[in-house]
Amino acid sequence: MRILKYVVLDILKNKIVIVYAIILALFSWSAFSLEDNSTKGLLTVLNIILLTVPLVSVLFATIYVYNSNEFIELLVSHPVKRSVIWKALFLGMSVSMVVSFIIGAGIPLLIFADAGTALMMIVSGSLLSVIFVAVAFLSGILSRDKAKGIGVSIMLWLYFALLFDGLVLFIFFQFADYPIEKPVVLLSALSPIDLCRILILLRMNISAMMGHTGAIFKDIFGSQLGILLSFILLMLWVFVPFYISLIKFKKKDL
Amino acid sequence: MIEIKNLTKNFGRLTALNNVNLQLNKGECIALIGPNGCGKTTLIKSILGMVLPEKGEIFFKEKNIKQDIAYKHQIGYMPQIGRYPENMKIGQVIDLIKSIRNAKVATDTTLYDQFLLSGMLEKKMRTLSGGTTQKVSATLAFMFKPEVLILDEPTAGLDPVAAEILKAKITEAKNSGCLILITSHLLSELEDMVTQVIFMQDGFLKFHKNVVDLKADTGKVTIAKSIVHLLKSEEA
Repeated sequence: MRILKYVVLDILKNKIVIVYAIILALFSWSAFSLEDNSTKGLLTVLNIILLTVPLVSVLFATIYVYNSNEFIELLVSHPVKRSVIWKALFLGMSVSMVVSFIIGAGIPLLIFADAGTALMMIVSGSLLSVIFVAVAFLSGILSRDKAKGIGVSIMLWLYFALLFDGLVLFIFFQFADYPIEKPVVLLSALSPIDLCRILILLRMNISAMMGHTGAIFKDIFGSQLGILLSFILLMLWVFVPFYISLIKFKKKDL
Repeated sequence: MIEIKNLTKNFGRLTALNNVNLQLNKGECIALIGPNGCGKTTLIKSILGMVLPEKGEIFFKEKNIKQDIAYKHQIGYMPQIGRYPENMKIGQVIDLIKSIRNAKVATDTTLYDQFLLSGMLEKKMRTLSGGTTQKVSATLAFMFKPEVLILDEPTAGLDPVAAEILKAKITEAKNSGCLILITSHLLSELEDMVTQVIFMQDGFLKFHKNVVDLKADTGKVTIAKSIVHLLKSEEA
C-alpha cells in the first residue's frame, strides 16, 4: 500500500485540504460563539456542512482525478492491478477529506455540542465527504475532457444541494390530493444531502427544521429505524457510484 | 515469448489495429516501423495492458495477459513521451517504482549512473526538459533487468552522448538474450542492432521479416534503403 501513502502525501502537499480545514474551523467556531444557545449554533453548523462539504469534496476530487492521469499511466505500465490504483486513489482522497473535515468541524462540534449529536454529525459529515468523492470519481471517469467532468460535478452538486428539495416540494404540492407520503420518502433516498439532514435532525428531534421529507420520514419510520435506514442508504451512495467508476476504469484505454 | 493473435482495436471509427498476428521470440531485437498513426504505439500499449483491445488475445510465455498482471515484472517499458506526476521529484518516482516492483532482481544502475541522475534527484518532474524525462524513462525501463524491453522512440529527444549510452545499453541487453521491441523513425540508428523488422501500415501488419531476408529480397544493403524500396515499389 505504498501507493496509498504517495497519494495521501500528494494531496496534503496540495494545501487545498489544509485551507479547507481552516475555513471549516473558522465557520464552526464562529457559529458556536456567535449564537447564544448551542442548538442554534448547531443548526448553523449543520447548514454550513450540508452546503460546503459536498461542494469542496466533489470539486477537489474531480480535479484530482484528472490531475492523476499521469500517475495512473505510470503505474499501469508496471505490475500494479488497475483496481488497486483506483481504490488507492479513492481511499487516499476520502481519508484526506474526512480528516480535514474532522479537524475543521469535528473538534468544535465535540466541544460545544452534546456528545451524541456531535458524533452523529461527524459521522454523517464524513459520509457526505466520501459520497461526494465517489460521485467525483464517477464524473471524472465518464468524460475524458476535464472541463466537462468538472462541469458535471458542479451540476450534480447544484442538483443535490439546492434543486432536489425544491423538486420534492413541487411534486408534493402537485399531488397533494393523493396519498403520496411513501413515494416522497423513497424520493428522498435519491439525495445524499437530504438523507444527511434527516439523519441529523432525527437525532436532534427538531421536526420544524426537517423539511417535508424528514417529517414524513419520522412519521413512517420513527427515529431509530429512520436513522438506521438513512445510514444504510448513505452507505449505498458511497458504494454504487464508486463501483460503477471502478468498472469503467478497468475498461479505460490509457 | 510474446504471441499476439487476431488483435483488433478501434478508436471510434479509426481502426488502429486490424487483425494483427505476431510471434516474438527470446533474443530477438525487433524494429517496429511504419508511418505515423499506423498503430505502433497502440500495439505496444496493448501488450502492456494500457489499451484494451476489442478482439484477440495476447499471450506472454503462453499465459493470457488478461488473467495475470505479474508478466509486467518482466517488461521494461520506455514510453514515447514519458508522462509523470508533475509534483513528484525524480527520486520519488524512482523510489515509488522500486517499491511497486519490490525488486527481487538486483537493480541495474548503469544508466542511473551514466545519466548522472543522482545529482538531480530533488528536481520535480514538471521542471525537466524532454531529454531529461527520457533519461528517467530509460533508467526505469532498464533498472529491473527485464527479460523484455519495449522502447517507443527511445532516442528521440536525447542528446548524442545520452543516445550513445542508451544504444550501448540496448546492445548489451540484446547480447544477454533479452527480447527487444523498438520503434523508431531513424532507421539508420537501428541498423546495427536489429535482427527482425515488423512493418505496419494503417493498422495492418504488412510484413514481419528477418533482416537478412529483407535485404536479400530487396537487394539493398541497409534496412533504411530496403524499406524505402518497398514503399516505392508499392506505390508504383
